[in-house]
Amino acid sequence: MRKTVWPLLALLVILHHDFWFWDDPTLLFGWFPVGLLYHVGLSIVAGGFWLFAVLCAWPAYLVEDATKIANDRSNAGESAEAPQA
Amino acid sequence: MTSLIIIGIYLAILLVLGLASNRLFRGTSVDYMLASHSIGPFLLLMSLFGTTMTGFSMVGSSSASYRVGIGIYGLMASSSAILHPLCFFLIGLRLWSLGHRYGYSTQIEFFKDRLESPRIGWALFPVVVGLVIPYVLVGILSAGAVFNGASLDLFETAFADYGNGIPPWLGSLVVCLVVLTYVFFGGMRGTAWANAFQTCVFMALGVITFFVLVNGIGGQESFIDSLKSASSAVDPLKLSREKMPHRDYFAFLLIPFSIGMFPHIFQHWLTARDANAFKLPIVAHPLFVMIVWAPCVLIGTWASADGILPEGVNPNALLSYLVATHSGKVLAGLLTAGILAAIMSSLDSQFLCLGTMFTKDILRRKVGSEEDDRKTVFLARSFVVAVVAVCYLLSLVVPGGVFNLGVWCFAGFSALFPLVAAALYWRRLTSAGVYAGILTTAVLWCFEFWKSGYGVDKHYEFLGIHPVVSLVAGSTIAMIAVSLVTRPPSDETLQKFFPEKQAA
Repeated sequence: MRKTVWPLLALLVILHHDFWFWDDPTLLFGWFPVGLLYHVGLSIVAGGFWLFAVLCAWPAYLVEDATKIANDRSNAGESAEAPQA
Repeated sequence: MTSLIIIGIYLAILLVLGLASNRLFRGTSVDYMLASHSIGPFLLLMSLFGTTMTGFSMVGSSSASYRVGIGIYGLMASSSAILHPLCFFLIGLRLWSLGHRYGYSTQIEFFKDRLESPRIGWALFPVVVGLVIPYVLVGILSAGAVFNGASLDLFETAFADYGNGIPPWLGSLVVCLVVLTYVFFGGMRGTAWANAFQTCVFMALGVITFFVLVNGIGGQESFIDSLKSASSAVDPLKLSREKMPHRDYFAFLLIPFSIGMFPHIFQHWLTARDANAFKLPIVAHPLFVMIVWAPCVLIGTWASADGILPEGVNPNALLSYLVATHSGKVLAGLLTAGILAAIMSSLDSQFLCLGTMFTKDILRRKVGSEEDDRKTVFLARSFVVAVVAVCYLLSLVVPGGVFNLGVWCFAGFSALFPLVAAALYWRRLTSAGVYAGILTTAVLWCFEFWKSGYGVDKHYEFLGIHPVVSLVAGSTIAMIAVSLVTRPPSDETLQKFFPEKQAA
């Protein structure tokens, strides 16, 4: 599943360049320009895609690191401060 | 007068929010600059979205679609809906992890450490600040214009030069003082709270304005009939992208990457409580972009039909004009507050970020004792005051053409994006490569900006394509070429930034 994320992103970028609706002024439902509706739909699909990416390709090591840092801080009694470089 | 009362109430709420957030202030520099890394998913979503969307997302999107048609949505909105979350996912998340681990507050601290180059700030600081300042000035000037537009003919004789309304310099001053107050007292927490409130305001008002204007523009009894009537009156050319060159459309795909190098977005990323706080902004950002942009683009396109916008009305004021014409004064006042919200939600983060950069990158303040930390907070606040004062004074003398700088600022930041991407994902990157990338960006940007008549020629192309392409290509090629022929960072540094499980 993780490996499908980047090809899907590339597909989304390709779909963004919708030459097939480029010159089409058709009004869907009598009022919604098809080119605009397509891109509104693409925005919603992008939300769905990023949900998929978050679920399937989330870098778990970052969460582990964050938990470790939070625990270290709590043990050292530094609840609010960031460690210094 | 109604508009001004509503704006006054809105600004008062912001002040209350800023002062209330000060009650949670822990007195440390990490709390002032990064809200003690305590920002959860909702506040992170709202502050990132509010900071990313400027006044352009409401005012500019409607006026641009008035001129060009529906193509503006694909050009600027859906590309951002896809690529902004990519920057959050690939750049923000990893920078947050490194910032959390090694205590960075600014981009330059990260680059210094990653490149083993304490002097990299001397090259990066002027370029980053030089690109942010015009962006800030556009916000300050826009706020003044909004105040003036909302108060025309308010006075009988005073301010005749300004249509008997509040002069733009005074409106800008009021906005600067309000933002300064809540940033000064509330720091990053106050900024995040204010951004959340402002984002709610401009999103809600955008949608409400749309529903009110549909009936006003369409003029039919039912909502659906009004939609049909409004769309059918528009020139078919503006219902498609027939007049939009494919190459420009493709080039604009590079613009959303600019947020990967915005210093104020970097600072917001570092405020996240944990990595999971990024999930909501990544998923919801595309939907929020759609909610704000789609209604404004439709309204702008409808307004291009004959008889909707009389001759002489500035297209930049079309939203205000339509609301004033088709609804009451209360909605007009609320919409004005919404436009101010969009402007101010970017200004506050930029002011705080510039203050932080001067404190951390120029004075190189390190946190030691409690006393030192208090001094750092004092200095950060002093710098915020100084930054607001200087930006405001600059806004009084800068030529009106500064508005042309908007897309140039974004293009400049897009050209710097390869530097941060390579710093996070390319072990072979060297400090000399980054210097080369910064220098190439600066030289190319100045040259192309000069050739475009300082931004006046909006259709300027370099080698037959939008300048952003040559800027990004130039900085990338210079960075890679110079990195490959210079010595890479030490194994110790590479191990620090590319531990085994992250290794490329």
